[in-house]
Amino acid sequence: MADIITDEMIDYVSILAKLELTPAEKEQAKNDMAKMLDYVDMLNELDTSGTEPMYHVFPVSNVFREDVVVNGDDSEGMLKNAPERKDNFYKVPRTVD
Amino acid sequence: MNKHYETVIGLEVHVELATKTKIFCSCSTAFGGAPNTHTCPVCTGMPGALPVLNKQVVEYALAVGLATNCKINKYSRFDRKNYFYPDNPQNYQISQLYLPICYDGGVEIEAAAGKKIVGIHEIHMEEDAGKLFHDEEGTLIDYNRSGVPLIEIVSEPDMRNADEVIAYLEKLRLIIQYLGASDCKLQEGSMRADVNLSVRRAGAKELGTRTEMKNLNSFKAIMRAIESEEKRQIELIEDGKEVVQETRRWDDGRECSYPMRSKEDAQDYRYFPEPDLAPVIISDEWIERIKGAQPELRDEKRVRYRAEYDIPDYDIDIITSSKKMADIFEETIKLGARPKEVSNWLMVETMRLLKEHECEPENIKFSPQNLAKLIALVEKGSINRTVAKEVFEVMFCENIDPETYVHEHGLGMVSDEGALKEIIEQVIAANPQSVADYCNGKKQALGYLVGQTMRAMKGKADPQLVNKILAERLNV
Repeated sequence: MADIITDEMIDYVSILAKLELTPAEKEQAKNDMAKMLDYVDMLNELDTSGTEPMYHVFPVSNVFREDVVVNGDDSEGMLKNAPERKDNFYKVPRTVD
Repeated sequence: MNKHYETVIGLEVHVELATKTKIFCSCSTAFGGAPNTHTCPVCTGMPGALPVLNKQVVEYALAVGLATNCKINKYSRFDRKNYFYPDNPQNYQISQLYLPICYDGGVEIEAAAGKKIVGIHEIHMEEDAGKLFHDEEGTLIDYNRSGVPLIEIVSEPDMRNADEVIAYLEKLRLIIQYLGASDCKLQEGSMRADVNLSVRRAGAKELGTRTEMKNLNSFKAIMRAIESEEKRQIELIEDGKEVVQETRRWDDGRECSYPMRSKEDAQDYRYFPEPDLAPVIISDEWIERIKGAQPELRDEKRVRYRAEYDIPDYDIDIITSSKKMADIFEETIKLGARPKEVSNWLMVETMRLLKEHECEPENIKFSPQNLAKLIALVEKGSINRTVAKEVFEVMFCENIDPETYVHEHGLGMVSDEGALKEIIEQVIAANPQSVADYCNGKKQALGYLVGQTMRAMKGKADPQLVNKILAERLNV
């Protein structure tokens, strides 16, 4: 395995991903990530110097909407997706101290 | 400000665009709707929902870019900026990092130190986040604002003090308001500025470490925050400490700032191209069409007013400092009113009432039609200026029709000289001392008698006519 994921790196990634990992999970994740990076290294072996980067799978551009209000009030339907609700608000754990 | 240091300031200005719908879905952008009534699967980040770009957003962004002398990226794309926070239900904000729509522009500002160009690094399109409210039990979220279109205008670090920052913001505000791309209200958050600031020893070439200041909701807050941050950074350096690159939140009540993010919230957004949106290709024809539709901007208006209307430069500056005022000015003139007269009503009474009601010119309610009618009533001698001011106050608050109002409230002037002369006789009889004073050469006594007559007429007489009749009567 060419790539090695350090403890610092896995801690940093878990902060970004908002995950709390047990020591065992950390080891597992380090292994998995190293394998993923190895896989990407394989792609890097290809010579892509003459290839245009592809940003979209279909050769389309300028897909627009006109500026017209179509959607009405479906807050009841939308709030069914809420983890919790209070009145007409989504409710989540407090984000500030 | 310490003379041994120079302050370097760059601004990130977010502007909410005046579209009817959100940037990627057909939900309304109307302000003040009940919570979550303007939401759909796209703007609440439901898996599988497909964003589709609002064409008007591109047109506004192009208009602002062209009016601020930017170059246009003919091939532009969106990127995902990843972060976890409940105001952003997708866990990423759709923005532009690699190929923003406009770049490399600038505007000329006029500050105390003279004219200078403030460069614009880029303008990109992005979506706004939802609004959070915190109560004892938890955090409540309203996603009505989620997906409202924004442009972010990123300046070069070309400003050196608060005065230049305000001049730059005013310049942007006016350009954007004149284009109709946004109402740019700082207090309501449709224009928001983040201040990037660093200090360096006078004459130094290298930039110092900068901080980013957020939560600045008024020009006053911006000025205070700049002065406080300059001082804080200089003190750190003088004490041999280092300025930490960080985001700080301004507390205008306490007039100080504090760091916003901790190490636990690393700023690593892992941008990558947004795969759900197709690239935007902007043709020369499109650019020409936007240029062709560009309205007269403030600088052009000032030049034209100077040539067309006989009003002082000072008046021109005030009137054109708001698109709304300039529109009212021009339309009232089109309806036949004299420019000087319209300018006076705007400069004196309107400004006074705006201040009294703590109102912005953009919120003016009276119509040019009603202002033209009021001016005509005065010119025709149907009402005098005192009454006109009273009527104007009502018009300012409720946009009433002055003709109807004057008629209904019996405010028209008494032009019947017979009735007026009768009152004057009564006033003369009641004030023998003043009459004697006047006849003995104390000319100012006449003013008192005119005042008494006006009072008796409840203001509904032409003071000049009263003056004339009184003088004739007493000089016999």
